[in-house]
Amino acid sequence: MGDVILTMKGIDKSFPGVHALDHVDFEVRRGEVHALMGENGAGKSTLMKVLTGIYKKDSGTITYEGKEVEFHNTREAQDAGIVIVHQELNMVGDLTVAQNIFIGREPVKGIRIDDKKMIEDSKALFDKLKIEIDPTAKMKDLTVGKQQMCEIAKAISHNAKVIIFDEPSAALTEKEIDDLFAIIRDLRAQNMGIVYISHRMDEIKVITDRVTVMRDGGYVGTLITKDCTKEDIINMMVGRVIYEEPKTHSMCPPDAPVVLKVENLNAGRMVQDVSFELHKGEILGFSGLMGAGRTETARAIFGADPKQSGKISIMNKQTGKLEEVTINSPVDAVKAGIGYLSEDRRRYGVVVGKSIIENSTLACLEDYSHGIFIDKAAEKKVTEKYIEELATKTPGPDQLVMNLSGGNQQKVVIAKWLVKNSDILIFDEPTRGIDVGAKNEIYKLMNKLASEGKSIIMISSEMTEILRMSDRIVIMCEGKKTGEMDIAEATQESIMDKATRNIK
Amino acid sequence: MTKKKSLLNDQRFIAALVAIVLVVIYLIFSKEFRKYTSFLSMLDFSYYDILMAYGVTFPLITGGVDLSIGTGMVCYALVAGQMVRNNGLPVGAAIVLCLVLGLAIGILNGVLIGVMGLAPFIATLSTCMITRGIGSMCSATPWPTTSQAGGWFHSIFKWTFGTGRQAFKFPFGIILMLVLMFVLEFVLNHTKFGRYTIAIGSNREATALSGINVKFYHVMVYAVCGLLVGFSSVAYAAVTPTVQPGTGAGLEMDAIGGVFVGGVSATGGYGSIIGSFIGTMVIMLLKTGLPYIGLQSNWQQIITGAVLIISVMIDIVKKKGAAAKA
Repeated sequence: MGDVILTMKGIDKSFPGVHALDHVDFEVRRGEVHALMGENGAGKSTLMKVLTGIYKKDSGTITYEGKEVEFHNTREAQDAGIVIVHQELNMVGDLTVAQNIFIGREPVKGIRIDDKKMIEDSKALFDKLKIEIDPTAKMKDLTVGKQQMCEIAKAISHNAKVIIFDEPSAALTEKEIDDLFAIIRDLRAQNMGIVYISHRMDEIKVITDRVTVMRDGGYVGTLITKDCTKEDIINMMVGRVIYEEPKTHSMCPPDAPVVLKVENLNAGRMVQDVSFELHKGEILGFSGLMGAGRTETARAIFGADPKQSGKISIMNKQTGKLEEVTINSPVDAVKAGIGYLSEDRRRYGVVVGKSIIENSTLACLEDYSHGIFIDKAAEKKVTEKYIEELATKTPGPDQLVMNLSGGNQQKVVIAKWLVKNSDILIFDEPTRGIDVGAKNEIYKLMNKLASEGKSIIMISSEMTEILRMSDRIVIMCEGKKTGEMDIAEATQESIMDKATRNIK
Repeated sequence: MTKKKSLLNDQRFIAALVAIVLVVIYLIFSKEFRKYTSFLSMLDFSYYDILMAYGVTFPLITGGVDLSIGTGMVCYALVAGQMVRNNGLPVGAAIVLCLVLGLAIGILNGVLIGVMGLAPFIATLSTCMITRGIGSMCSATPWPTTSQAGGWFHSIFKWTFGTGRQAFKFPFGIILMLVLMFVLEFVLNHTKFGRYTIAIGSNREATALSGINVKFYHVMVYAVCGLLVGFSSVAYAAVTPTVQPGTGAGLEMDAIGGVFVGGVSATGGYGSIIGSFIGTMVIMLLKTGLPYIGLQSNWQQIITGAVLIISVMIDIVKKKGAAAKA
């Protein structure tokens, strides 16, 4: 490890309603790989965005190569030698590899772009990285791993001194990860400072020299990787005080019948061989880190994404027996009694420009119509019933949804599925973007729904939410189910352990 | 990794085959079509369509569209023609005026879309209406005929050798179109402007994050389109005996259709000027050629529509195939 090249001190950043970074310290030395760790929402990406000028910090100082700096956009940071290799790759798919690497700074002869020189320079870059990619291939034809190598090559071509990898391995295969590590070691040997953001504990131990842990927007501490254990890091990541009391035992009777049975579900890379059961009146928590495949599992069950294989059985209301169902589209799923409350409420959950009435009956307009005419009176009646039942705060049922707060919008989505009389409700991040007071109301509502016999799958990235709401917990990692436990035996540590690719 | 692309995979090749097949059918079944004058008149009426198609290729590659090209073209021809007739504007200056007007409306489209963020459909629908309105204010405009003073501009597109019955007319316009095609194809593939046009169509966000002034280039895309539409209005005046006010709506569809037949990607990110040329020729052969074999104009429309669906389907099927491979 060399001398310190980059120091961030007392970095503070607030967004409306959120204190995203609370006086965070962070430093990078030349020739080190420095891991930045923390749960989802701990503030890692925000910190890196402040560093590269995407966000403006409220206070604190950034010292780079001995001088205090402040970048106003990524271009400035790039020119100074700080580059991010984003998790979501910034690639122009229809251009070639070489055209992507040199986009914005193409060598020209007169007005003609010198493609030949670009291709040669790209080849030289790839040689330096000891990787083999055809510079004339279209970017969209490459694998994700190769695309990432191109991003790295692009970073290096900027004469980077500090390279930030934001969850680089999330989409890579084992072999590609090995290649990536070889490159990272090579860059370290060339005295570059490397920031490595990842959730994968095993990788951290293999590739990094130091680990800085963040939690809830604050700085927790920095450790030398080889002197600490995985448990040390996990403890630092989760060691927060839980304000809400977690559930101590399941509220769901042990003999409750199974209402939904999923067997060996496969849907792309993000859903591999997932099986689980959901009981009547149960809240089943789905825990895991970002990109664990929980939303993808829900979408596959709901028929929103295609599945390759798997069996889904749902309890028949009349006979009380499990029957296999074919769900190829959300239409099938809704018919089978499943309601899905998307994590992206505004995009998939509600039609914001329409009234509460129109949203509430959207999923089952045929029940509120006579022939082709909509029965406005019946619509209004049922909407008012649920406004009262869910305690939705609104001047009236005609109010446009966009004028409601996040929590109340969520209630409209819930009402929609209750009007439809769905028995199985999938809540995907039910309280994202909702303030604390409204959160509690949503929690109460979910408990009430469960006690009335609705069965709930709750996908949540918030540990406290999982521990407070779930009767049972399914943990996923990398598209696979890595654990399942009753609430009575669940702890933050045991969940985090399974969520970080510790397949037992 | 590097596979040689088979010719059949290239929509331009398929479109060219279709064009050839059409010509062969016409030649076999229509005596009239075999005449040199038919050939000349068909070319005459294709130039302005080709120029519009060249222009609109750029917005289409960015994933946008320009609906104002048809009414715009007629509008510029009317305004400039009016100036020639009523104000004694020299024809040379009128041609420049056409180009300037086209460029201006193009820049307006570009600013609305690239800077203000209007949806291309809405922005250019508005300018389509505006240009139609302005055009309607003019009276029907005969530009000078070949024999009148200033009639020389007709021969930009058709050179005449000899006089009287022995006169031989040579369609110079087609050479102009081919030269322009290669120039624009070069611009599209080998200059920054062309490359960023493709990049914006493929992933505007990533292009902006690469430090490229996407707003500027987005405006440029529509400006170039507008300039070419300005040129098309000259071609239109050169072949139309009387430019009628209030017309032009619908002409843009022939050009846009031609570009799609030529293989531009319906979602942006790919297109070629050569393809647009071939595609427009296919549309022109359908439009002006089918009557030669006795098909009513309703049939032309139906067949043209069907051809368009098939070409866009080819694009979709190709994309699905690529996605399945990945």
